[in-house]
Amino acid sequence: MPEIKVTPLGAGQDVGRSCILVSIGGKNIMLDCGMHMGYNDDRRFPDFSYITQNGRLTDFLDCLIISHFHLDHCGALPYMSEMVGYDGPIYMTHPTKAICPILLEDFRKITVDKKGETNFFTSQMIKDCMKKVIPLNLHQTVQVDDELEIKAYYAGHVLGAAMVHIKVGSESVVYTGDYNMTPDRHLGAAWIDKCRPDILISESTYATTIRDSKRCRERDFLKKVHESIERGGKVLIPVFALGRAQELCILLETFWERMNLKAPIYFSTGLTEKANHYYKLFITWTNQKIRKTFVQRNMFEFKHIKAFDRSYADNPGPMVVFATPGMLHAGQSLQIFKKWAGNEKNMVIMPGYCVQGTIGHKILNGQRKLEMEGRATLDVKLQVEYMSFSAHADAKGIMQLIRMAEPRNMLLVHGEAVKMEFLKGKIEQEFSIDCYMPANGETTTVTTNPSVPVDISLNLLKREMALGGPLPDPKKPRTMHGTLIMKENVSFMLVSSEQALKELGLNEHQLRFTCHVQLQDPHSDADTLHRIYTHLKSVLKGYTIQHLPDGTVIVESIVIKVSSSAEDSNTKVLLLSWSYQVKTWTLFLEGLPMQSKPGSSPNHLVIESLF
Amino acid sequence: MKLYCLSGHPTLPCNVLKFKSTTIMLDCGLDTTSVLNFLPLPLVHSPRLSKLPGWVSKDGTINLEKAREAVCNVLRLLGVYFNLLQELLDLSTIDVILISNYHCMMALPYITEHTGFTGTVYATEPTLQIGRLLMEELVNFMERVPKAQSATSWKNKEIQRMLPGPLKDAVDVWMWKRCYSMQEVNSALSKVQLVGYSQKVELFGAVQVSPLSSGYSLGSSNWIIQSHHEKVSYVSGSSLLTTHPQPMDQSSLKNSDVLILTGLTQMPTANPDGMLGEFCSNLAMTIRAGGNVLVPCYSSGVIYDLLECLYQFIESANLGTTPFYFISPIANSSLEFSQIFAEWLCHNKQTKVYLPEPPFPHAELIQTNKLKHYPSIHGDFSSEFRQPCVVFTGHPSLRFGDVVHFMELWGKSSLNTIIFTEPDFSYLDALAPYQPLAMKCVYCPIDTRLNFHQVSKLLKEVQPLHVVCPEQYTQPPLTQSHRSDLMLELQPPPMPYRRCSVLNLPFRRRYERIYILPELANSLVPSEIKPGVSVATVSALLHSKDNKHTLQSVPKPPPMPPSKKRKRVIEEPPVALAPKPMLSGAVALEAFLATLQKHGITEVKVEETADGHILHLQAEDTLIQLEEDGTHIVCDSEPLRTTLRDLVLRFLQKL
Repeated sequence: MPEIKVTPLGAGQDVGRSCILVSIGGKNIMLDCGMHMGYNDDRRFPDFSYITQNGRLTDFLDCLIISHFHLDHCGALPYMSEMVGYDGPIYMTHPTKAICPILLEDFRKITVDKKGETNFFTSQMIKDCMKKVIPLNLHQTVQVDDELEIKAYYAGHVLGAAMVHIKVGSESVVYTGDYNMTPDRHLGAAWIDKCRPDILISESTYATTIRDSKRCRERDFLKKVHESIERGGKVLIPVFALGRAQELCILLETFWERMNLKAPIYFSTGLTEKANHYYKLFITWTNQKIRKTFVQRNMFEFKHIKAFDRSYADNPGPMVVFATPGMLHAGQSLQIFKKWAGNEKNMVIMPGYCVQGTIGHKILNGQRKLEMEGRATLDVKLQVEYMSFSAHADAKGIMQLIRMAEPRNMLLVHGEAVKMEFLKGKIEQEFSIDCYMPANGETTTVTTNPSVPVDISLNLLKREMALGGPLPDPKKPRTMHGTLIMKENVSFMLVSSEQALKELGLNEHQLRFTCHVQLQDPHSDADTLHRIYTHLKSVLKGYTIQHLPDGTVIVESIVIKVSSSAEDSNTKVLLLSWSYQVKTWTLFLEGLPMQSKPGSSPNHLVIESLF
Repeated sequence: MKLYCLSGHPTLPCNVLKFKSTTIMLDCGLDTTSVLNFLPLPLVHSPRLSKLPGWVSKDGTINLEKAREAVCNVLRLLGVYFNLLQELLDLSTIDVILISNYHCMMALPYITEHTGFTGTVYATEPTLQIGRLLMEELVNFMERVPKAQSATSWKNKEIQRMLPGPLKDAVDVWMWKRCYSMQEVNSALSKVQLVGYSQKVELFGAVQVSPLSSGYSLGSSNWIIQSHHEKVSYVSGSSLLTTHPQPMDQSSLKNSDVLILTGLTQMPTANPDGMLGEFCSNLAMTIRAGGNVLVPCYSSGVIYDLLECLYQFIESANLGTTPFYFISPIANSSLEFSQIFAEWLCHNKQTKVYLPEPPFPHAELIQTNKLKHYPSIHGDFSSEFRQPCVVFTGHPSLRFGDVVHFMELWGKSSLNTIIFTEPDFSYLDALAPYQPLAMKCVYCPIDTRLNFHQVSKLLKEVQPLHVVCPEQYTQPPLTQSHRSDLMLELQPPPMPYRRCSVLNLPFRRRYERIYILPELANSLVPSEIKPGVSVATVSALLHSKDNKHTLQSVPKPPPMPPSKKRKRVIEEPPVALAPKPMLSGAVALEAFLATLQKHGITEVKVEETADGHILHLQAEDTLIQLEEDGTHIVCDSEPLRTTLRDLVLRFLQKL
């Protein structure tokens, strides 16, 4: 039985370090290659030694697919391809290909330049790694090799995020990456067709959440920002440079415009302008409204939002600052946070998920005293707010996607075990399909039952379809008979027996049987034969029954002759001759005009034994 | 499999393919060349044109409306051949329309809005967006001029007969249609389903269609239409030159049974690179001499390449201060849209987007104020306009659009130059109503589509079994009848078509895909016939749904109830009684005798005959005739016959 195996190297019952191995139809595919934000040691990257202890990965993987540019999905890419060693194809969408190297470089700078780590990937490695990338277009079917094909679907979440359908023969897997089932201010909703994969591998970040309407959340957010500004506070919004940042910028920009607010909004780091530029150039990946109006008004040209300079943090008066990174684990957002944390007028709004171990995660859990480097502690007096703006599907969205794709099995990754358990129960209950949630390094095996594609001769097919009557009734299946020719286990042809002989250059071997049956009949030979003929005619409707002048009756390949016994003219000898393949036997025997109780007459016994 | 050819125009094709119960329209181009028979439609009042007399017949009895009003009317034309075609084919039966590029979809509203069409149109995103712009432009050109009363009396057959050619010879003028409205455009385009290159789209489970990059314009595509066993390639407007679009995908065209070839270059003798050079030098010369340059062109397509070429040329030619104007209702949109289709661009341009920089340098021309765009000559343009300058504007036929105004304005000065770059219209005919003309005329048609040399190389590579093409490609052009290199020479010769042809495509469908369900597949017992070849007999239930066929095991008949109603049971059709297989091979005498012996049949008399042997089983009074291609068992005892049969079958292969 063919099997599909799925092994998470990361993101198994966890968020972060997404890296999932799939074996399908003899092909090995790696899905995502991310880093973990919560760790600074070896656990930061997936454990590639699971694949091979020594040597390069190229021999073990047919391809690597990156779903989107977030570092927990692509952060280990240069490490994997350049330091561990992988030269095979890497697939990602155009926007991901454009943005991913910038985030990687940023990540490298923070790690190497600021934290002083050595033995990390270099800028050159990022460049070399990106050279191996083959861009994917939405819905394009990419033939990785003769058997393996992949197809990307729109996933929402961030610019260029994709879900991917992986197919070998008639087996298939869908990997969602991170996705969002509700359109937001700048992106559309994820969509997939009814592709009925054997396994749907879905993220489950918000497995237990059913979020209230987006409008309410937006209103709450604006209200909080507004109140804080009104009382002269400073608002820090830690974000990643691309993704939610643009969403919230659009939100604030329109709000500032509507309310005619004057307090400055800043966006930290030089990435901003560049980031917005990507959104302008990849406008086809945003939502319908933005695409429609971009010629008249490009939503990514902000009037109220200006570049941030480090010195502005000490400026008096209210302001709103978007700063990177989003989980307050390093960089500018952390620096500003330290500066503003002591003042209760200020506020920090966490708009997305925070990985365990990050400061973001700590303050969201209500921690008010933070240990900083050098044994200093930081008192957190400012208001901490959490607003789920990350564009992940919630439980409702995940169920919706299952309904769309109709998978045979479900596998959850990229979520917390407890929450997964809950969702797993719901899925199994609602869809009655198996749902798996392997931990890292644990392999899930799913047995598939693929149909075998075969080429049927059109003659045979049409013959069988015609037998079903002029209008084929789909409810009434028809029986068909043929010969399957298998050549070298690669070509399968289903043809009629006659054609099979011809195709294979074989001669037919005729097998015939002849026997004599005695029966009592006082009529003349010719009359007996005629009685048999007329009787058969009345019984075997739709068959050609011939009565030849030479004293034979022929039905299909059955030949019947009658002669009188030499001793007794009332005893007739029936000569029956038929071929091995004769079809009408049953009917023929039913039709013979023998009058006798079943089992009692020797004649009937003989006849019946002809079965 | 049939091909209905609705258009005879080789670069504005419209064919309908019937393939495995689907009806597929390939492109629907709009032939607008007939506008050349009419006077231009000026944007502002033109004393010269309005003073022209109407047409009066020789005997003076018929006095037609002024011809200038007729242009309006002609543009209402545009659907010409579709009506005609309804005789060939009921257009409402069309299931899908495949669009290859934005020039080949301009007749879409005529088909989707007025024929009862209920199907789907497939096109790439750039094709849809730019196609929408071009339609919008056309509608805008038509609607913004004050409507003259429509001139229709010339359509009267009696009058038309007396008109000068080519109007006299125009076919079915009474069926010419008015230009569509924006509402019709929107409705037509709402039926478009977007596709990406190499996307496989299933049609009713019977056919799969897939667009391939054709290298000609943004989002332009060739199409593969295939089932599991047949493949038709539709090649329309392809280019192998390196311009802005993604390069042409050639290898996917391989192994086609039929390749339909349309949209070759209309200028087989003009080299696009040379023309581009000539364009630049003429432009520079005119500007240096203080004249203006008018470039009548389409608002998308080659204009991007012209601007890119000028971008590199401006500094070296000292044209840094010369204003470049692009005037069209869709100028801004066209320039903006060109920048957002990174996926559809050539590799160089994609790399720029990764930086991120706009892929086309016209962004920089606009930023530095060297290139300005305006929706029309009215408004801002009239106050900001400086001379000498270069103006890109449409329509290339010179019959409508802002270009008409510039012809009136600049035509009288020999300092000015008009440079034709679009190959769709004869430039002499286009200029006719403006004669006498003092302005210089330069003809630099740039057509990047495949030329005959490239296409024969391509065909050699992809090796289709049959090629179908417009008849124009099977003979040299009329004006260059000696140039046998300007035609397709293939073996076997291509199948030519003309307008209204119906071709039977040479297909012999022999196989169809069917799926054997796993349970049945597991139950099959293959036996090896020759090395590497096995056979298995299959008896199964056939399910056919949505053009997909599957085979599944015959369910075991429910255990017969022990009832007396034997008759009833027998009246049921004999379900699932598998027929006996065909037999092949031969029964070897010695081995067979040995087998008989094993089964206790020892008294066998063997008699040799002409074709084999007769075995006489003396104790059993049974004869077995063994021959090369047949075995005959004559036996009255049923159990023995069954035994013998099974013994014989051991020696034979079952098919």
